[in-house]
Amino acid sequence: MKKTFMVSKVFIILALIAAITPISEMDQSANAFSQQVIQHGAVGDDVIELQSRLQYLGFYNGKIDGVFGWGTYWALRNFQYEFGLDIDGLAGQKTKDKLVQASDYNEGFVKEQINKGNKFSHYGGTDLNKQKQPSSSGGGAAGQGGGTGTADQNGGSQGSAGQGTVSATNVPNGFSDNDIQIMANAVYGEARGEPYIGQVAVAAVIINRVGSASFPDTVSGVIFEPRAFTAVADGQIWLTPNETARQAVLDAINGWDPSGSALYYFNPDTATSPWIWTRPQIKKIGQHIFCK
Amino acid sequence: MLRGVLIGALSVGLVGAAVWGYQEHREKNAILINAENNYQRAFHELTYQVDLLHDKIGSTLAMNSRSSLSPALADVWRITSEAHSDVGQLPLALLPFNKTEEFLSQIGDFSYRTAVRDLDKDPLTDEEYQSLQNLYKQAADIQDELRQVQHMVLKNDLRWMDVETALASGNEAADNTIIDGFQTVEKTVEGYDETDLGPAFVNMQKKDENFKYLEGEEITKEEAVKEARKYAGLPKDSKVRVTESGEGSKYGFYSVTIEAPNSQIEANMDITKKGGYPIWFIMARDVKEQNISLNDASNIAIEFLKENGFEDLDLFESAQYDQTGVFTFVSKQDDVRIYPDSIKMKVALDDGKILGFAAEDYLKSHHQREIPEAQLSLEEARAKLNPQVEIMEDRMAVILNDLNQEVLCYEFMATLGNDTYRIFINSEDGREEKVEKLQNAERIYEDVV
Repeated sequence: MKKTFMVSKVFIILALIAAITPISEMDQSANAFSQQVIQHGAVGDDVIELQSRLQYLGFYNGKIDGVFGWGTYWALRNFQYEFGLDIDGLAGQKTKDKLVQASDYNEGFVKEQINKGNKFSHYGGTDLNKQKQPSSSGGGAAGQGGGTGTADQNGGSQGSAGQGTVSATNVPNGFSDNDIQIMANAVYGEARGEPYIGQVAVAAVIINRVGSASFPDTVSGVIFEPRAFTAVADGQIWLTPNETARQAVLDAINGWDPSGSALYYFNPDTATSPWIWTRPQIKKIGQHIFCK
Repeated sequence: MLRGVLIGALSVGLVGAAVWGYQEHREKNAILINAENNYQRAFHELTYQVDLLHDKIGSTLAMNSRSSLSPALADVWRITSEAHSDVGQLPLALLPFNKTEEFLSQIGDFSYRTAVRDLDKDPLTDEEYQSLQNLYKQAADIQDELRQVQHMVLKNDLRWMDVETALASGNEAADNTIIDGFQTVEKTVEGYDETDLGPAFVNMQKKDENFKYLEGEEITKEEAVKEARKYAGLPKDSKVRVTESGEGSKYGFYSVTIEAPNSQIEANMDITKKGGYPIWFIMARDVKEQNISLNDASNIAIEFLKENGFEDLDLFESAQYDQTGVFTFVSKQDDVRIYPDSIKMKVALDDGKILGFAAEDYLKSHHQREIPEAQLSLEEARAKLNPQVEIMEDRMAVILNDLNQEVLCYEFMATLGNDTYRIFINSEDGREEKVEKLQNAERIYEDVV
């Protein structure tokens, strides 16, 4: 009895060591930029480092969120100008070397603040502890995030190559992430059994309708127009969409239109309205016929 | 004894069921009434807005000083947009009600354009005045028809829920006053030709350019498949399907689907019949972990375009979505960016293969243009900008303006606070053609809570 207790104790210690090792490894490897040339639109840890270093030098005043947006772009160009580099808005090897030389980057601090969802900055010459504020969502939530957040973060970063700490996302011009979500719901409800391009086509029809004079002018207006989509009428729109539906929506918003500028589509097996057959048809994708 | 208990239990159950059933019934009725009320509100609002529209257009016609037109026209614009949104809330999707909606949006576009114009310098032309009178007359007719329907609805206590049921069952032949009424409204509008509106009236809807600039012979199905295989790069024993476009498409195209054997990978492509140009291409597959940078991916995209004969392009925008990079290219002629000619590319960041390609806009509008000389100097254009903004970059560009015409502009990238703007100044008259606030990255909400 006592022996088994000992064995399990040893086992627990071993397990603890095993659990700690990957974290300490991460700390060692992550202290400088990776090899990549960082350009506008990029997302990830390198961008966090770039923003932090530019902020350290006072070029970047925006949020450190891991997305290379316009603010970061101008900051980088100003940095390149001041330090006599080629002004191309790309963080290549030369630029990165100069940055590392000229600035400090406290990775632990930055990542911790992002994980906790705090408001913070990373200016040089000022005590970092004075540059953070708990997020406005309340001290209790932030405290909780500190305890469990790291574990979640490790789980999350496995999926997407070290982007676990990024706190923002690229969205196509003119659309919010919520718009994309509503559209993904609609696409999933309407076409989840369809091939991928069939789903892109359904999303494209929604966008074509927004642009058409014959339909409402907003995404939600088009989707919730009574009797326009069966998935809305029977409540299937509130199923949780999968990643494929979201991808399809992003493709459609970014300019892919497999429907050939269609405004309507229907399933010939289940369509109840004879009127829909009078629309000039463009093509068939999967079960759906797309028409003008 | 047992019998008594049983009877007691059953009667309690019966009463319970009755109460429950009654509550359900009441709830259902409440929801039905709620939905009905929404429809009723939208409908009555619509008729009200059209009434108002008619009155307002009437008063603009009567205005003596043409310069006082601007606020009145702005009001007309507001009303059309509200009426338009009311139409959107009615269960008319299966009714051909498009013409009426188009009519509303035409009035809206016309009034907006004239309202924002400096009417002191640039007063309404006779043609525009004529258009306004025509719109007034049409609004009167629509108002009349709608009032008729409204009257029937109120008098006979008609329910929009019945319209829904009638439309859903495909029973349109059944006598339904509302449906009949709306069909009459639609016919009334249909009676007007767009030419009624005079030559000054530019149709604001997206022009269907129909690939008129494309050159080349019609290609066969086999050639289309060959081209698609080149793009897809899938194994030779993949399954291939080709279909032709239907009559609804104004231009002819082939749709090619290539399925790789024993996998989830599928490539799809549409190719114009004339000349065999790729309209779009999508490779559907899962993208694994990121191995290459966005910058590498953009170089791959540039190389790909060169190889496929798309030349003189500028990388205009790049963005990373999860493990894919999306790039927008625009064409360039004599150092002027041509924004209407745009091509989109999507590259996988795991192995750097092309995931997508979209050239519809490019194929529809690309041609050798006559780019006019700029009338204004760069300095003169710069002086037209808001003095608050800090200018970061400038260049020449051709864009489509609000009237759907291509205009040569000075393009300025400028910042104000933490926001970046793209501002286009017409190179001929210094008009501010477009001011775009460029989107910042959006915060991820779920991770913070």
